[in-house]
Amino acid sequence: MKATKILNGNQTIAEAVRQIDPDVIAAYPITPSTAIVEIIASFRADGLITGEFVCPESEHSAMSVCIGAASAGGRVMTATCSQGLALMWEMLYIAAGLRLPIVAAIANRALSAPINIHGDHSDTMGARDSGWIQIYSEDSQEAYDNFIQAFRIGEHPDVLTPVMVGFDGFIISHSAEVVQVEDDAAVKRFIGDFKPPYPLLDTNRKFTVGPIDFTDYYFEHKRNQIEGIENSPRVIEEVGKEFGRTFGRTYGFFEEYRTDDAEIGIVVMSSAAGTGKDAVDELRAEGKKIGLLKPRVFRPFPYRQIAEALKKMKAVAVLDRSSSPGAFGAPLFTEVRSALYDYEKRPKLVNYVYGLGGRDIKVEHFKEVAGKLEKIATTGKVDEMLGYLNLRE
Amino acid sequence: MAVKLKDLAQMEDKLVAGHGMCLGCGIPLIFKMILRATEDPIVVANATGCLEVCTTIFPRTAWNCMWVHSAFENAAATAAGVEAMFKALKNKGKIPADKKIKFLAVGGDGGTYDIGIQSLSGAMERGHDIVYVCYDNNVYANTGGQRSSATPLGASATTSPAGSKSPGKVQKKKDLTKILVAHNIPYVAQASPHRWQDLYNKAKKAFEVEGPAFLNVLCLCPTEWKYDESQGIKLAQLAADTCAWPLYEVENGKYKINYKPKEKKPVLEWLKPQGRFRHLFKEENAWMLEAIQKEVDRDWEDLNKLAEISGA
Repeated sequence: MKATKILNGNQTIAEAVRQIDPDVIAAYPITPSTAIVEIIASFRADGLITGEFVCPESEHSAMSVCIGAASAGGRVMTATCSQGLALMWEMLYIAAGLRLPIVAAIANRALSAPINIHGDHSDTMGARDSGWIQIYSEDSQEAYDNFIQAFRIGEHPDVLTPVMVGFDGFIISHSAEVVQVEDDAAVKRFIGDFKPPYPLLDTNRKFTVGPIDFTDYYFEHKRNQIEGIENSPRVIEEVGKEFGRTFGRTYGFFEEYRTDDAEIGIVVMSSAAGTGKDAVDELRAEGKKIGLLKPRVFRPFPYRQIAEALKKMKAVAVLDRSSSPGAFGAPLFTEVRSALYDYEKRPKLVNYVYGLGGRDIKVEHFKEVAGKLEKIATTGKVDEMLGYLNLRE
Repeated sequence: MAVKLKDLAQMEDKLVAGHGMCLGCGIPLIFKMILRATEDPIVVANATGCLEVCTTIFPRTAWNCMWVHSAFENAAATAAGVEAMFKALKNKGKIPADKKIKFLAVGGDGGTYDIGIQSLSGAMERGHDIVYVCYDNNVYANTGGQRSSATPLGASATTSPAGSKSPGKVQKKKDLTKILVAHNIPYVAQASPHRWQDLYNKAKKAFEVEGPAFLNVLCLCPTEWKYDESQGIKLAQLAADTCAWPLYEVENGKYKINYKPKEKKPVLEWLKPQGRFRHLFKEENAWMLEAIQKEVDRDWEDLNKLAEISGA
């Protein structure tokens, strides 16, 4: 039965797992996503899920088990973050290359060194070219909703691509919030059955999965793989709308907040967007024409739609919770900046890196950014393209 | 009940001709035999290595059964995933309860002794119903002959080359079979392609046993061992006759030696035909020959004691 519950991010993901009951779950505990694995184990122990729960000896093997299981033919998931995702790196590319729609819940966490267990996006941003679809969640509700939709998106026959759903470590994974948990049967109906096209367990057939390509085929196969993720925007939109029709919460590629007549804007993903919206409300109350855009889907990057949403603004700040040392700005910034390149009239863009290793970002920091943007909007001049928020320098 | 070669010859090959393995390579011999040891359908999970590369150059495949390759160090985890899905779909009633499939994970010594040992250990500990076969050719043959932890004492490999100041590899080979025994799995065995009936029987037992099983099979590699490829089977026989590669099995913890040479030959008879040991026959390396013999003798003695304790 549909219920309003008080759950943290890890618990909402576990609830979704119970409702979906994937055929194989293989996961290794790591802070802050450990609780997902523990709750799944207890569900299995109490017979609330019937799929196989495998506890491999590492994240590398966890993703390898997922790949074996998905190749065998069925619904497969894992949960991890940070060093765990980093250890999976090699296998992430292979999951995508083999077109296996595995779903991974990621409680976004910083990468070592220095070792740090708190939330930032370094882990999934590092995996942005692995071929996985990436969806980011602002709160527990979105984590739950995105996780359910991820199966439908990845498993679509035109897509067949793995999906990772991020939500900020601790900030979301460990914070209790009010969450609408949908009816079990309704979720099952929404998810439907998955019929993998090439299941190894169909031993009436004979085929070879994962052969070696030389220079004569590798490129074509990689192009085919890219086509899968290129097909996904349509599916992401359809599934987001259907989710809305079914459960009342509609999803697109991003959320726009008070952007209609905005002259300055802030682009920020995940939990910080919540704080950002509060800042926007306060600034709007002061008469400032400011809006916020929260990307939900980072891969595939909805570059046209985002550019259309931002093109009329005078100045935009892109806030990144990860860095790309030596690059022309952090990952989200370079995407947004590229997306606007083809527009003759486009806003001035600045990039702020914030929140690495779980460092707080508060309303005052958004206001600081807004102040800079107002100045840029007035003068048309950018003094510093890349800055850092709430950092001692 | 001894299997007849005539009957085996009637069976369909699951690894067929047209692969690109070297002349005299032990891999096809081993796997054509192992794949005959069950009549159930098989899914093979293959680690990166000679077997994988030489049999699946797209768009061709030499596999006449379901086969998957994902990476180098994870054949055991990949096979475990396939097996987990099989169990799950049976539990959920999506696959008939009486459906039988065997799961075979395969890797060379690089993929098994070295980079894949963690994944192998994990899968064995978790008790997946899979058979893992290591084709141990003592070297990273696929990348051109670098040392592995299965490279024997004294062998020259490209990363442990013999030189004016080096007698080849100075470390003893890792005893992986015993490491697998320490996992307390139902069945562990060492085999060799020259005793095909023994190899067949061991593969059959491994498939039949419930839970994980591990076979470590000596794999001839004329390219890296540098011997006359027409003499491979005789060479494998010498490995057993010198006790450099004893044939034994450990069933539910009980050791049994499957082949005891009537007269244990000196280890140099195994070493001499192989170019990788040529430098050992120089005067200055005589000490190494002695050391190798000592190690072989000690290991053989230990193995006999283990078999004795087991009452075999």
